[in-house]
Amino acid sequence: MSEPVREGRVDQRLREELAGIGIASLLLPAPRTGRSPRGVREHLDALAIRFRGAEAQVLRQRPVPHAYRVFFRHVGLDPDVTRVPIEAAAVERLVHGGLRSRGLLADALTIALLETGVPLWALDADTLDGPLALRLAGDGEALGRRRDAAALPGGRIVVADDGGPLAPLFGDPAPGHAVTRRTRRLCVFAVRVGGVPEMHVQEALWACAETLGAG
Amino acid sequence: MPAIAQRPDLALAAAEVDEAAARRTLRAQVARLEAQLARLAAQASPRDGIDWATGRRGGPRLLGVGELERLRDDLAERVHEVRGVLAARAEREAHQRDLLERMLRDPARHRFARVAQADIGEPGCGVWQVRPRLGLIGMLMGWWQVKVSSGCPLAEGR
Repeated sequence: MSEPVREGRVDQRLREELAGIGIASLLLPAPRTGRSPRGVREHLDALAIRFRGAEAQVLRQRPVPHAYRVFFRHVGLDPDVTRVPIEAAAVERLVHGGLRSRGLLADALTIALLETGVPLWALDADTLDGPLALRLAGDGEALGRRRDAAALPGGRIVVADDGGPLAPLFGDPAPGHAVTRRTRRLCVFAVRVGGVPEMHVQEALWACAETLGAG
Repeated sequence: MPAIAQRPDLALAAAEVDEAAARRTLRAQVARLEAQLARLAAQASPRDGIDWATGRRGGPRLLGVGELERLRDDLAERVHEVRGVLAARAEREAHQRDLLERMLRDPARHRFARVAQADIGEPGCGVWQVRPRLGLIGMLMGWWQVKVSSGCPLAEGR
């Protein structure tokens, strides 16, 4: 179906300070269609039924969302300001009264997130230079490879390849590396944190692959 | 110790080890406080008006001992505040439940007293109110009863 899950490199300082941190990725063919097929939309509807207010209220006590909340705190993010991805999805579901389909790729990422609690992001694999890694940005290093790319403050934790930072940790990919209509291959990745079993990360990546395969 | 005092490189290494251990301890404390906040969040209601945010800004980075200490202190303070808010609500609700019991036992002594379901921590919009039976006649005759209003008002068009 596709290549096996790849474990990315993690900077030694990050490994020493943040136990259990890791990055895993999977290369997948880009979906041929933008719109989600009926089966995927029905899957979203079924997940929306599971995610009601009562579930949202106790979500942060569940082991995987809790692990991401703790990790957010450890890296200086306030999870009540910058929501952990599964809480953001739960809030969106409550506000809109359901999970809206936003295209096959976005839906596949959402389904994997809600099924496992593990957030995923996608990059255009053909714009990457080498395997993904987690590291600290150097002073003034640019986010992305465009000429007008914004400079990062030194010490930010970033997802990078051999060519430089591609996205801030838990942030959107830099322009030029995001998935577009022209994308042929996807690099879907997950950031693992302490307290999240490896199996959940693998399952999230495969759930995404399976949903994309349905398209 | 004297050997370390004469070797600045060893003293620096020892200090780094101490700091790394301190950061680990602080991260474990932050994790425990986050777990306590999560338990409290499950008991809280939007009506409590609790502000959960610690107001921290900035991107993902490695925090030093000072920042971790401030984070730990902020979270501990937040846990303390939230417990206070929840305890005050529990006390208010207990008082209202007590009032409701007295209203039901002796309506005449609690004329026009009113307790909403929300006041005792129950979901819904129902209200218990002491009202006279048969209106003015009941008021004159001292016929008092507890009436339960039914549910939430119907949604109205905008």
